Amino acid sequence: MSGAAAALLVLADGRFPAGGHAHSGGAEAAVKAGRVKDAASLGAFCRGRLHTAGLTAAALAAAAAAGHDPLALDEAADARTPSPALRRTARKLGRQMMRAARATWPCPELDALAAARPRGAHQPIVLGLAARSAGLTPLDAAHACAYENISGPATAAVRLLSLDPFDATAVLARLAPEADDVARRAVEAAEGDLADLPAASAPLLDITAEAHATWPVRLFAS
Amino acid sequence: MHLDHELDEKFPHRHTYSAAHPQRPDGTRRALRIGLGGPVGSGKTATVAALCRTLRDQLSLAVVTNDIYTREDAAYLLREAVLPPERITAVETGACPHTAIRDDISANLEAVEDLEDDLASQGAGPLDLILVESGGDNLTATFSKGLTDAQIFVIDVAGGDDIPRKGGPGVSTADLLVVNKTDLAPYVGSDLEGMARDAKEQRGELPVIFQSLRGEPGVGPVADWVRAQLADWTGKAAHAA
Repeated sequence: MSGAAAALLVLADGRFPAGGHAHSGGAEAAVKAGRVKDAASLGAFCRGRLHTAGLTAAALAAAAAAGHDPLALDEAADARTPSPALRRTARKLGRQMMRAARATWPCPELDALAAARPRGAHQPIVLGLAARSAGLTPLDAAHACAYENISGPATAAVRLLSLDPFDATAVLARLAPEADDVARRAVEAAEGDLADLPAASAPLLDITAEAHATWPVRLFAS
Repeated sequence: MHLDHELDEKFPHRHTYSAAHPQRPDGTRRALRIGLGGPVGSGKTATVAALCRTLRDQLSLAVVTNDIYTREDAAYLLREAVLPPERITAVETGACPHTAIRDDISANLEAVEDLEDDLASQGAGPLDLILVESGGDNLTATFSKGLTDAQIFVIDVAGGDDIPRKGGPGVSTADLLVVNKTDLAPYVGSDLEGMARDAKEQRGELPVIFQSLRGEPGVGPVADWVRAQLADWTGKAAHAA
């Protein structure tokens, strides 16, 4: 019995204690600007995020799960994250993911990355290594990462807009085929050269993340 | 399939992050961590400020605040200058203050460890005590044992004298229940004796302190309780080392 299928559920569970609950994935800034105001606009926001930041993150996770050098991937992640605020967020969440991963699926590779990046590596890389340590495949890691990229904003929108939670969850269900597709593309990209990993980004997410980081009053850390 | 004790032997660090261990990963003694929780406006931050003023000359201490949507509490402590800024840090909780102290404690553990590491690297020596203040929440909020060694639940007489009777995890199980603002009792018609009776009913032998920060002895009895916790814990840590 490998337990791999259930291990993926544990890793992708929104209750996995790795700090995600305090982050909105840009949804708080989008809600404030009036761009996300109901289930339909949440769906559009999540779709945009999935195919840009989501694809880039999923490919990094898949590459880490496939055994690529995590430090080289960490540099690749920096190169793909122009916003200093989002770099800080990615490393903060990576550190929190590292703590949870070392308690749940400890392995020497996680130890080595924690020693090399005590203040945190980019979160998708730690997630990918955690998946590897749990006996999961690069495709599993990409799925977990892609799903998290849209489930975070959806949960945040429920809190920010008092959105009907059934509607928000239906948004995620409708996006499932696209999330599968993004995960598949991420794995294909991770099989090639590191320099060719996807570098898709959403400039508005980068810009609003910088502004959000300066807000004196906010519900979410990012 | 790995057995858990086998993992423990190969990866001893896997539990050393949690409050269960009296030592930091490098083998040095870590600070005692005491959580303060309770409803909004009950006087958690005022109690933390008073504890800092009372204990700061005898102990090396620091504070982690968990604000709901601002940095108000940390800003208040900084403004009041109860501790130097490098000894106060704020955690953001994403609209769920109880999650950050109970279900997913990773951000708070990092804040605690960073305070210990940063102060040690600045030559300030080891910390004795870290107070972790939760964001104002409801009566069900409790601290994970993975985060704090002991917890204080702060309620106040103006929030309704039926709160001890209602119970809930905070009132019933906290290591110390503080009933704050006793000076207001005559003005809001709260029955202190009834509150004491109800608290006793809910808590058995667990201690309850009625406190007013507006006169003597102020935070003194709570500070004494904290000192006793620290003495007890330091003894245990020495024994374990």
